[in-house]
Amino acid sequence: MSRPDGLEVALHHRLGDFTIDIAFRTDSVATALFGPSGSGKTTVLHAIAGLLRPERGRIVFDGRVILDTAEGVFVPPYRREVGYVFQDGRLFPHLTVRQNLLFGRYFARRRQHRDDGMTLDNVVGLLGIEHILSRRPANLSGGERQRVAIGRALLAEPCMLLMDEPLAALDAARKAEILPVLERLRDVSRVPILYVSHDVAEVSRIAKTVIVMENGREGERWQS
Amino acid sequence: MPADWLSSEEWTAVRLSLLVASTAVVASLPFGMLLAYLLARGRFYGKTLLDTVVHLPLILPPVVTGYLLLLSFGRKAPIGAFLADHFGIVFSFRWTGAALACAVMGFPFMVRAIRLSIEAVDRKLEAAALTLGASPPFVFIAVTLPLILPGIIAGMILSFAKSMGEFGATITFVSNIPGETQTLPSAIYTFTQVPGGDAGAMRLTLISIAISMAALIGSEMLARFVGRRVSP
Repeated sequence: MSRPDGLEVALHHRLGDFTIDIAFRTDSVATALFGPSGSGKTTVLHAIAGLLRPERGRIVFDGRVILDTAEGVFVPPYRREVGYVFQDGRLFPHLTVRQNLLFGRYFARRRQHRDDGMTLDNVVGLLGIEHILSRRPANLSGGERQRVAIGRALLAEPCMLLMDEPLAALDAARKAEILPVLERLRDVSRVPILYVSHDVAEVSRIAKTVIVMENGREGERWQS
Repeated sequence: MPADWLSSEEWTAVRLSLLVASTAVVASLPFGMLLAYLLARGRFYGKTLLDTVVHLPLILPPVVTGYLLLLSFGRKAPIGAFLADHFGIVFSFRWTGAALACAVMGFPFMVRAIRLSIEAVDRKLEAAALTLGASPPFVFIAVTLPLILPGIIAGMILSFAKSMGEFGATITFVSNIPGETQTLPSAIYTFTQVPGGDAGAMRLTLISIAISMAALIGSEMLARFVGRRVSP
């Protein structure tokens, strides 16, 4: 299954003596950036989210140019409408789970909002977090925290979900619990996913397209 | 009704002290937050110098700080004359001057507490808020501010405590005028200078102790309440 437009990324960025030089295009519903630690995967996600301003690059998503250093285009992160799920969750400690989930929703509603059918109830049901809505992040297990982080990103009505090793901090049992949720998410929601991981099992279950990264460069590409 | 075990001048000194200290804290808070933010996050030329100037009242003898205030904010001094002519704000020999002296003396404590709390904020949380669509001002209001609230409260308490006890800079800058600039410490000092003033000094001393303890206990409770809400 592929979508009409897709994501087009071309980046050149130096971090110390490490250079990222990558160009790829994908229109898959679930693309994985796969590679060992330190191969530059997270840097690519940061550039797409606007958390990093690369030396040179161009990023186009569904026809919308969100970065073009040659033309001086840099859309700030809060206008890129990407949902970012961080490896470490990054839930807001001063807010309840419900308030965390609705944080991005508030800003999405101030924009033109599209009806993607992702209401609070739908997302909460999909992720199985009904019972923890009034708790604070400090009282959650690692698995619960990551599920809330995924829900928070989804509810911000993103055009694209960026997932940065969302399961890496979890033990095997928790991973097994969340992987089916991610698969369901991929099949139910219309939001394309860019998934970063160094875990073959995860990538093979979630991704339809796999882009291998090595030393800041694109290696092979697998399609399923 | 004033308690009849205090004379009206003593009561006035108590009220004036509370007014001066509260005004000093509230009026210096915006400046304190701005400077704390600059010192915690800013990268600019002269940052070390700014840091030193902010901390200067901590190290200088209070009399020197008071004298410097007199030189700059007195009725005929450059800043003082400007503020008086254009805004009608007069500091010299007024209670507002006492508040200014207290604000300056408490400023290093306030800035330090807020600065430390800003430095302790996990900036990754702010990045997360940006990706969720919050523009930088919203990130500050919805994420940074609630997280540094305990630091802000601590800074206000420290500044208030310093203000309640401030003596040297105040008496140098605005003198010791009953009903206008005579705060608790100045009133106690006056009592110790006159024969038979021991009883009055003791009464005001007890009040000082009571106010200090109430402020400490209150702040401790507030800090605990807020801390429970924001601790990760």
